[in-house]
Amino acid sequence: MSRETDWQPTASLAALRERAGLLSYLRQFFSARGVLEVETPLLARHGVSDLHLDCITAQPGPASDFTGGMAYLQTSPEYHMKRLLAAGSGAIYQVFRAFRDGERGVRHNPEFSLLEWYRPDFDDQALMDEVGALVCGWLGIDAPGRLTYREAFLRHVGLDPFTLPLEELRDAVSGRAGNPAFADDFDRDTCLDFLMSHAVEPALAGEGAVFIHDYPASQAALARTRDVDGYAVAHRFELYLDGLELCNGYWELTDAAEQARRFDVDNALRRARGKPEMAADDYLLSALRHGLPACAGVALGLDRLLMCKLGTRDIRDVVAFPIERA
Amino acid sequence: MASYSTNEFRGGLKVLLDGDPCVILENEFVKPGKGQAFNRVKLRNLMTNRVWERTFKSGESLEAADVIDQEMEYLYTDGEFWHFMATDGSFEQHPADEKAVGDTMKWLKEQDVYTVTLYNGTPLSVTPPNFVELEVVDTDPGMKGDTAQGGSKPATLSTGAVVNVPLFITIGEVLKVDTRSGEYVSRVKTS
Repeated sequence: MSRETDWQPTASLAALRERAGLLSYLRQFFSARGVLEVETPLLARHGVSDLHLDCITAQPGPASDFTGGMAYLQTSPEYHMKRLLAAGSGAIYQVFRAFRDGERGVRHNPEFSLLEWYRPDFDDQALMDEVGALVCGWLGIDAPGRLTYREAFLRHVGLDPFTLPLEELRDAVSGRAGNPAFADDFDRDTCLDFLMSHAVEPALAGEGAVFIHDYPASQAALARTRDVDGYAVAHRFELYLDGLELCNGYWELTDAAEQARRFDVDNALRRARGKPEMAADDYLLSALRHGLPACAGVALGLDRLLMCKLGTRDIRDVVAFPIERA
Repeated sequence: MASYSTNEFRGGLKVLLDGDPCVILENEFVKPGKGQAFNRVKLRNLMTNRVWERTFKSGESLEAADVIDQEMEYLYTDGEFWHFMATDGSFEQHPADEKAVGDTMKWLKEQDVYTVTLYNGTPLSVTPPNFVELEVVDTDPGMKGDTAQGGSKPATLSTGAVVNVPLFITIGEVLKVDTRSGEYVSRVKTS
């Protein structure tokens, strides 16, 4: 049911001009640093295996020369870009249209713009420097502060995410959710996700740009892990701008066997939650076996970066046609 | 009864929470990029009128509450119940107790139409129209020449409501009143 005025964009023309300005800024930024712009498929045979990311599926017709059943709109260009890196591309970036099913709210649209880039020979710390330069250079704000995941929890939630017993974590979550039995069946990471989004993020609201890094190894996704003071942490970071999550980066895993193991772990979690399993991407595994150069990579939400620039809290203000008008 | 998943939560949806009927006011989708999605929901408990804030895991669902709004004409009170009749042609009558009528009591005029919210077929609340027209039954005598200047006085209306009115209002006049703020709007010309 649409109203007569629903053909109109929800974003102002000024916001659309700002978006065009951002794209030309990004191209200059990367061109000056010798990073190559690339394009990879939006529609592919394999989708991401992450428990909390859902693909939108599509079905190419038989004449499209697509074999392999269902096709997936990509949640990020990560797998394909890693194949380019393994093929010797060197530093690459892409402005990509990503799709994530079921994500709609004031900070989410199921189709959104993602900037993703990879830097051979960078580690997570070096890439954080570059993300800070890109984001703060465009917004004209101070360079981001840095806080480990553990420090952020100790400071803003008052508990240790690595050592607190699960029962106490669940109590803390249920108390904040306003529902006594809410977290009774939550695992550790679900509890931490809740506290991150309901306690840490709001506390970062007045803090400007802040990197959170050294996530628990259980939330490593495709990052390398290491040991810090006896706790397994991931070389993973996120940038928050006044509490708004802007990017997610890793010092990338390059070990094919470990990657295959993580696909299995993801699928075990998917089975446990009654979600469809996602076949491991053989192309990616072959590329890793061939050899992915040591590199760091990051994905940054461009719609959210525009929201920061324009001072709005609603993604509709920066996207011409959000899904309900698409 | 049907149930609604968090992705169907919209403002105005009526659901059961802890056994009480509630109306959803706001639904905020919260999700860390790589993490579990939640919905932070604000609801008004229709029994107590209190606003609750609850978080749900995305995909959880709540049972629908059998709550409907129906236009009804106010008939009379027997002292214990206030009787309303559906205006949809069914002539169905519903007695509302004092708790359901609540503050609306002071705006109840026989034969006027009100919105009665039914929960499992029983009146849960009664909402007056935004504007009602009621006669002044008591107020201090009007003062001539005070029409332009500010200043007000209390006036008692036929339903018992007391509102502040301009000084020139006299007994017997019919006034338009905003029931949301309880404020005088204007005089109504009676033929």
